[in-house]
Amino acid sequence: MSSQIESHDDVNDGKTPVRTGDADGLPETREHDPFADPGLPAHKPRIQDLDERAAKRSERVVTLLFTVSMLATVGFILSYALIPIDAITYIWPFGNVSPLNFSLGMTLGLALFCIGAGAVHWSRTLMSDEESAQERHPIEATPAVKAAVMEDFRKGTEESGIGFGRRKMIRNSMFGALALVPLSGIVLLRDLGPSPEGGAPLRRTMWEEGTLIINENTGQPLRPEDMVVGSLVQAMPEGLDLHDHHFHEEIAKAAVMLVRLEPEDIKDQQSADWGHEGILCYSKICTHIGCPATLYEQQTHHALCPCHQSTFDLSDGARVLFGPAGHALPQLRITVNEDGYLAAMGDFEEPPGPSFWERG
Amino acid sequence: MKKLSVRRRHPLAAFVVLIFALAATGGLYAALAPAGEAKADASETSIAIEEGQKLYAVGCASCHGAGGQGSSDGPTLVGVGAAAVDFQVSTGRMPMQQPGPQAPTKPNIYSEEEIAQLAAYIASLGPGPGVPEASAYDPSEGNAAHGGELFRTNCSQCHNFTGQGGALTHGKYAPNLHDVDPKHIYQAMLTGPQAMPSFPDAVLPPEQKRDIIAWLTAVNTSESPSPGGFGLGGFGPVAEGLFAWTFGIGLLVAVAVWVAAHTAKARKS
Amino acid sequence: MSTTTNPPKRETRSGAPAGEKVADWADGRLGVYTVAKSNMRKIFPDHWSFLLGEICLYAFVILLLTGVYLTLFFVPSMAEIEYEGSYIPMQGVLMSEAYASTLNISFDVRGGLLMREIHHWSALLFVVGIFFHMMRVFFTGAFRKPREINWLFGFALLVLAILTGLTGYSLPDDLLSGVGIRFMEGAILSVPVVGTWLQMLVFGGEFPGSLIIPRFFVAHVLLLPGLMLGLLVAHLLLVVYHKHTHFAGPGRTNDNVVGMPLFPVYMAKAGGFFFLVFGVIAMIAATTSINPVWVLGPYRPDQISTNAQPDWYLGFSEGLVRMMPGWEMVIPGGYTLNLGLLVPLIVFPLVFAVIALYPFFEGWVTKDKREHHIAERPRNAPTRTAVGVAWLSWYFVALVAGGNDIWAIHFDLSINAITWWTRISFFVLPVIVFIITRRICLGLQRRDREKVLHGRETGIIKRLPHGEFIEVHEPLSAEKRYALTAHDQPRPAELGPSVDENGVPRKVGPLERLRVRINRGYYGPSGQIPKPTAEEYREITSGHGHH
Repeated sequence: MSSQIESHDDVNDGKTPVRTGDADGLPETREHDPFADPGLPAHKPRIQDLDERAAKRSERVVTLLFTVSMLATVGFILSYALIPIDAITYIWPFGNVSPLNFSLGMTLGLALFCIGAGAVHWSRTLMSDEESAQERHPIEATPAVKAAVMEDFRKGTEESGIGFGRRKMIRNSMFGALALVPLSGIVLLRDLGPSPEGGAPLRRTMWEEGTLIINENTGQPLRPEDMVVGSLVQAMPEGLDLHDHHFHEEIAKAAVMLVRLEPEDIKDQQSADWGHEGILCYSKICTHIGCPATLYEQQTHHALCPCHQSTFDLSDGARVLFGPAGHALPQLRITVNEDGYLAAMGDFEEPPGPSFWERG
Repeated sequence: MKKLSVRRRHPLAAFVVLIFALAATGGLYAALAPAGEAKADASETSIAIEEGQKLYAVGCASCHGAGGQGSSDGPTLVGVGAAAVDFQVSTGRMPMQQPGPQAPTKPNIYSEEEIAQLAAYIASLGPGPGVPEASAYDPSEGNAAHGGELFRTNCSQCHNFTGQGGALTHGKYAPNLHDVDPKHIYQAMLTGPQAMPSFPDAVLPPEQKRDIIAWLTAVNTSESPSPGGFGLGGFGPVAEGLFAWTFGIGLLVAVAVWVAAHTAKARKS
Repeated sequence: MSTTTNPPKRETRSGAPAGEKVADWADGRLGVYTVAKSNMRKIFPDHWSFLLGEICLYAFVILLLTGVYLTLFFVPSMAEIEYEGSYIPMQGVLMSEAYASTLNISFDVRGGLLMREIHHWSALLFVVGIFFHMMRVFFTGAFRKPREINWLFGFALLVLAILTGLTGYSLPDDLLSGVGIRFMEGAILSVPVVGTWLQMLVFGGEFPGSLIIPRFFVAHVLLLPGLMLGLLVAHLLLVVYHKHTHFAGPGRTNDNVVGMPLFPVYMAKAGGFFFLVFGVIAMIAATTSINPVWVLGPYRPDQISTNAQPDWYLGFSEGLVRMMPGWEMVIPGGYTLNLGLLVPLIVFPLVFAVIALYPFFEGWVTKDKREHHIAERPRNAPTRTAVGVAWLSWYFVALVAGGNDIWAIHFDLSINAITWWTRISFFVLPVIVFIITRRICLGLQRRDREKVLHGRETGIIKRLPHGEFIEVHEPLSAEKRYALTAHDQPRPAELGPSVDENGVPRKVGPLERLRVRINRGYYGPSGQIPKPTAEEYREITSGHGHH
């Protein structure tokens, strides 16, 4: 077995290689060349072409398929009319499914499939299967056509004066007008939304000094004694209601989670100071793209984001341990007010949520 | 190049390749699997003791300490309450078979009576949540719609929309809640086993826990309806994409092969 | 134009059958006979892989049909209402009208659920089909001249299909798709300089606002499908104009196309195939659930579920993001670059561009200006095949990363370890796959060569009189021999002499040097196994003498 390229008689200079076989299959070389194209093989008949009974059988199969399709459509209509929409039935092996959905889908599927199967079987067994060849023609125009087109083009440009000195001003001003007119469309897009004001709305949230921390489950303000070590509470600022017009915009920035750790487990002193007796309140909006990073493991104090696995160490100022997040979750400074409820001591010191250009 | 192609034809070549492939697969698995699973613990075998403390001394003390004060191998049990014991032991999580990222469920080896005895012993060490009444976790009394909202706020981040479970860091995971006894779901919320945070009654009142159980009963039991057909495990787009890449396109290509194939020719007679 | 009163000849044929009369009528206005003459018996080659594109076409038609039905019921509004429909576990829950109307389609419109499922399965299979179709075109070299533009049309269709899928996935406004929109917001915010502006413009204010669903709706049902329809027509017209490629075989050359005529065989086959595809997808929808939005809940920015993934065709970008380390930097002037998001967002289109622009790269390397209508066997273009498979492995690694949490829980693996594996594999695996694939191709070429020279191994062992055992080789038929040797084997390019005929040093630019080096990788001794020559064949066959 040779592994070097030899000069083959069917390969010329590399830049314009020539195909073998079909290249100028001159009759006299065909005898010499063992790899010459033997040409389209003679058509061999199918059993249906020879045996009329086989052809009849195919015909019956095709008719049967089309008939099954008709019956399936009837079945579809009957299912639609008869099966209640809220029924649930166990159908092996799919489970407790809607019999309406199942039978509509199966009958529709069958009706369609049988039409297709019938048509294909018909074409495969009863229509001619003799292959024929059609010539391809080069796509490139002949030099004569090309010359004629160039001449026409030249004539056209000359008549309009576009390519020549005479009407330069028209041409240039037309290009200018065409270039400018789409600007109107772009300008119109300006009012798609308000100005970002250098990111100002992304920096402020509803948290202010004294804002009570509301437990999302109970809708009530939270007391420190409600939380035991190892517990997790999803919370929002006081004054925000699910029915508010701007609920989604506000909660998208202000959502927090509270965890309670043994105070000696907290590694970061500032973080401990910003909490209350081991209760820490963090923004739960991931700093990567903004998913709630609330997969809290109470033994390791890790909070994981389910979207891209950014992992934050809540015992260490929500430092990033793993994943694509670029910085820690902002911590909300909390205290206990005179009524014994947990309350914020102000807004987040840095913007919560995903980074943005002006974040700094 | 030439040498290799010659040896490739050797009758043993296929076996060599197979062994390499198996070794590579095994090695890859060993590299990716969370560490710390190999050591067996002998303490799991002995059973059959009547009193809780005796049961404890045999089954639990080696990790949790003689008086439940905890050790380097297991946390303190003072104050975890009867609910925690009932949950951990009746789901088979405790006693743990081998150290690992997380204690998995396995067949429970204690009788109900023994579990009650153990629970009573642990509860005597310090006050903690007790085993809930049956009415507390009866799903028929809960509001599934409200439970769904609570589930999505508190639980779905780890357990998935319908409680199919999900991965946590370094081989830990939130288990699938399919057909889990409502009592155990209740106790888990109450006590916060292992990596799971706890949701004491002051944070998540008992009736809300029941609502959550009602939601799970509606969407993640063997009886839960899946109107659209086979549910693909409830894992969402990844499972659906895999199905499309295997069965879906597979069926369509099979049909295409049939459409394009040449019809059988008549044999020459 | 003259206005003679003489009636044209055709309209006088009162005795013609009705169908013919209709055709005559149409011909007078549309010229249908002229069109039919050149197209009715147009030849299409038969091969299952040539039907992959049809799967996409039909999936698109199904998407249009079911999509129109869904718009009859879907309400593209983010106004909040309390759900009062018949799905009990959502009753009383506050949700957007978009989500409520999706529940309505699923539970209160008979057949609505089926239409949703057919629509969604078709969407997934549409993009899968595009992938398979593109693989077929790529690995057979069917993108070569004159089909490069059509390759780009197809690629644009892929991009549009992904965008249409993304916008459609977002419309129900459930907790899963809402997270997808949140991802988009984060992605837009990470764009340097104009990110915050873009975010405000796209969402009409702060995230999520109440405009994004209606805006996506218009893109999903009008803008994107409209663009796709136009491109699709252009794509098909070019297919008809170029005529389909076919595999080399006896009588199948670069200058003809061999197969069955459009009418009646391909009308029946292709028409039938539409119904088959539709039927299969309908049955998949009947039996297999997809996107059960009713258990996902309405979107709220403070809620999330694990297994938060996009549909598979964006799993690649999801994976790129998941495998990124947490890089972020503040550049002088106090501006933040969220590289953990920005880098994947740049890599994503670049990886796709590699495959989109490959035809032009290969054209530059080979300097091949001929028309190609023969679909090459992948083994006969080892380097191209290796590039394609390496690309697929690249794609595969990112897909694995995109589902890392699912693999972690199902195979008891650590999510961190999987992520690290994908981080390393993203750089290493394509290289390994490239080398292995190329070797496999060369091995297959070598086997073809053996087969041509020595015939097929029959498995029959014969004992010769002197005791030696030999396996009987059956010589190949002339047809088979031709099919195995019909492919091109271009010679590797050469830099040429360093001086021209006048002795003046020739200047060869660094780009040309690079081109020649790559070309030698394609066609040099390491890039292809020389196919047998007629002399070799004759020598061997006459030497054995027993043929």
